[in-house]
This record gives sequence, C-alpha cells and structure tokens, in this order.
Amino acid sequence: MKKICFDHNATTPVADEVFEAMLPFLKGEWGNPSSIHWAGRGPKKAVDAGREALCKFFNCADIETIFTSSGTESNNLAIKGLAWAKKDKGNHIITTRVEHPSVLNTCKALAKEGFETTYLDVDADGLIDLNSLEAAITPKTILISTMFANNETGVLFPIKEIGAIAKKRGVTFHADAVQAAGKTPLDVQGLKVDLLTISGHKLYAPKGIGALFVRRGVRLTPLIHGGHHERNRRGGTENVAGIVALGKAVEIAGRDMAAESERMLAMRTRIEKGMQARIPHVKINGHLEKRLPNTVNISFEFVEGESLLLNLDMKGIAASSGSACTSGSLEPSHVLTSMGLSNEMSHGSVRFSLGKSNTEEDVDYLLEIMPAIVERMRSMSPLYAASK
Amino acid sequence: MYSEKVMDHFSNPRNVGEVNDADGSGTVGNAACGDIMKLTIKVEDNKITDVKFKTFGCGAAIATSSMVTELVKGKDLNDAEAISNATVAEALDGLPPVKMHCSNLAADALHAAIEDYKKKTVK
Repeated sequence: MKKICFDHNATTPVADEVFEAMLPFLKGEWGNPSSIHWAGRGPKKAVDAGREALCKFFNCADIETIFTSSGTESNNLAIKGLAWAKKDKGNHIITTRVEHPSVLNTCKALAKEGFETTYLDVDADGLIDLNSLEAAITPKTILISTMFANNETGVLFPIKEIGAIAKKRGVTFHADAVQAAGKTPLDVQGLKVDLLTISGHKLYAPKGIGALFVRRGVRLTPLIHGGHHERNRRGGTENVAGIVALGKAVEIAGRDMAAESERMLAMRTRIEKGMQARIPHVKINGHLEKRLPNTVNISFEFVEGESLLLNLDMKGIAASSGSACTSGSLEPSHVLTSMGLSNEMSHGSVRFSLGKSNTEEDVDYLLEIMPAIVERMRSMSPLYAASK
Repeated sequence: MYSEKVMDHFSNPRNVGEVNDADGSGTVGNAACGDIMKLTIKVEDNKITDVKFKTFGCGAAIATSSMVTELVKGKDLNDAEAISNATVAEALDGLPPVKMHCSNLAADALHAAIEDYKKKTVK
C-alpha cells in the first residue's frame, strides 16, 4: 500500500541534502568545536557555517542567534529567559489562547513565580484583535509572545502589526515561528520581532535541533548554565551535526520557498474545494486567506476525528486531528474551541498538512477515499441520525 | 496502540444501527469528551434477542460498542446486567490506559437500555 503523509506540521522527514551535509559530523569530524586542535577545527567551521546560513535566513547578525535542542526549548528560553531578566521592570506577559503548549505551560509555570499572563481571545477565524492587544498592555508588561502561524489551523497572526505595537509601547516581542519557518518569509528586520523561535524537524532537518533569534540588546537569563557556548546564553557542547543540518535546511527553505508555497497552495485549494464538493456538512477552520499554504483543518460534522484518522491510516494516509482522543488529554483542541467551535465540531476535525513529498496524485487519492470514510462513520453516528 | 481485536471491531463493527420497535434504549456519554453511544435492545422472555448500536466516538468507543452487542446477544437480562465496562475491555484484549475511562462506556449504555426496558414494562 502506498504511504502518504499529510501530517507535515507534526514533523518532516530529513531531506537527502540535509542528511548528506550532516553525515560527516556524525562520523569522521567528531571533534569538539571549542577545541583549538585539529579535531575541533572542522566542526568549528561547520558550526560557523550553520550559523551563517541561519543568519541569512533570519536576516540577522551572528550574535543574534542561539542554537537550542528544540522549538520547545527556544520558546522556554525566550519567555522564561526574558521574564527572569526583566523581573525588576515588570511581571506581565501577553499571549493568546491558541498557543502551543510550550508557550502556554511556560506562562503557567511562571505564574508560580509571580508573573501574570493575559491570554488574548481569538475570533471565529482564529485571529486576534489588535486593539485588544494594545489595550492589554500595562506599565508592567514586559513581553508579548504570539505564534507566527498556528500549528493546527495554519492561521497567520499579523506579526508585523504586533511588532509595531510592541515597539511603540516598548515591550519585547517574541514570535513562535515553528510552523511558519520554511513556509513564509521570516525577515526579522521587516517584522520587528525581538525573539523568534524555529525548530529543525519541521523543516526537513532532524529532531533535536532548534534555534532562537535574539535581537541585539535583548537580554535573557539562561535556562542552561554551563560553558561559554552560545555567548554564555545556552551551555552545552554544540550539536554539530544538528547545527549543520539546520543550516542546510534553512538554506534549502530559502531557495525553494516561493515555488513550494505555490505548489502547496494549489494542492491545499484542491483539498478544500474537493472536500466541500464531495462531502456535505464540512467546515474549513481558520481564516480562509490568512493561512499557511500547506495547512488545512476541516471539521466533518457528526463524526469523531480519531475514527477518521484510523480509517485514513488503514488506507495509508497519515493525518492528525483536534479530537481529544488523539491528544492524550480528555479535552478537544483548545485552538478550535477558542475559535468558538462546538465540542462536536472540534472532535470531528482533521488536519491535513502538506509537505515536499506530496503530489497532486496524493490529493486525488485523498479526495477519492474520503467521502466513503466519512459516510461510513456517519452511518454509525447517533448524531447524524438525529440531525436528519 | 490498539489491539488487533479492537481494530477488527472498529473495521468490521457488529450490529450497527437501531433495533426496530426497540423495547429499551440507552444513550450515554457527551460531546465534550467526544463519545456518545446509543444502544437499542429487543427483549423476549427476559432474553435480549436483538441489540444494535450507534456511536459517535473514537476507535475504542466504536469497538467497545460493537463488542458489547456481541457479548449480550441471546443473554438473559441478569447475565447482561453483570457485564461491566471492564468485561468489555477485557474481551477486546484491553484498551490503551487513556481510553479506559473516557471511551469505555458501552456497558453503561447497555445498562441504561435495560433500565429503560424495565421502566417501560413496569408501566
């Protein structure tokens, strides 16, 4: 059976070019980049080159980058690091209700230390109100942290506008760009962000490498104390192979983004229009235009998401759902419920996230098998019978 | 993460639908947790002669619904009442721990249907 992945927002496979680039640093070039001798020189050069590629991707200076182990670590470092460094200036953080758990739970953890967080609501399209954001800023506000693009719906927040407000009010602005990286340009100068998170495995580098852009002048208290690594901001011998991989991955992303985005958008549009044409009672979740080109989140009324995923999996298709049953928690997606979706519609949501491996044939196949799957599950649903 | 038996009952669910002129009907669960089960039964001479289910829910919810219909068909009411959610999960070779309390409601639906039948017959 053909295996098709429509779950690229969960993770991506390591690209061949990335794999080839990192391989010498797993075998052969094994030295410590901090060593001045022959074994360290190659790895040092590789780390520098990786950083240079990242700087080009962000449009920033080399001292403005920190390599981390993941997007989660980058988000923790940005939020805790900034909060701790600025705790004498204020204790108020502004974020939104639809953030990734690595932001929400970090803010929650900081509450125990006396930091207060305002969680901005989103509207039915999944967007925040900029007036509410501005109104939430107090003299105690030290940080605004929002997503660049939502992982579940692909909805893009107005980063440039948020950055302008933050700058005007003298508040540090962190953007979690884990899902946006590689799918939309991330010029930190144009965007006026002060901190920006990315993760390697969402853009065809391996798991275990992430990065944080830190604007010059923004001080962070480290999470990991250690040696002089990353300008004393993140201890630990560099993940050389990971850094090389991330460097290669962002280089490829920069090179291919425009063409790939266009290709994704065409496939995404076909999936949306195809589902709507073939299946009654479906709803596309999130703002129809202000969205990543690769992400589509659809609610299939009267059926539950995990049962749809199991059916898709049996046909070789990998996707994900906002249903509680797939999250390990008992609650449906906090993103979809924050947008005002009913519990049924949240449980009945499926996210298809496109990536490099996908082709128009994959879309044809999905559209061919989906109506029968939904119909079968609906025929078993007491909600469907009651709606008739 | 699911056993083969769960996947078998999910892929080929037994006794889907609603019994015509049901003698008892039970609906349990709610949309917040994502599982709603409706079980309908036909009772003759204190025996469950027919049983069908309709379920909105995950793989475990559908498999437990299907399994409980197999377990009770032909059983007398006392034996049917003795079936618990644990019995159903066991018959499916177990469920993932997170599913044990949220999606394992099929026996509750059965008991609700039997109770409904008893209420109706008393009248």
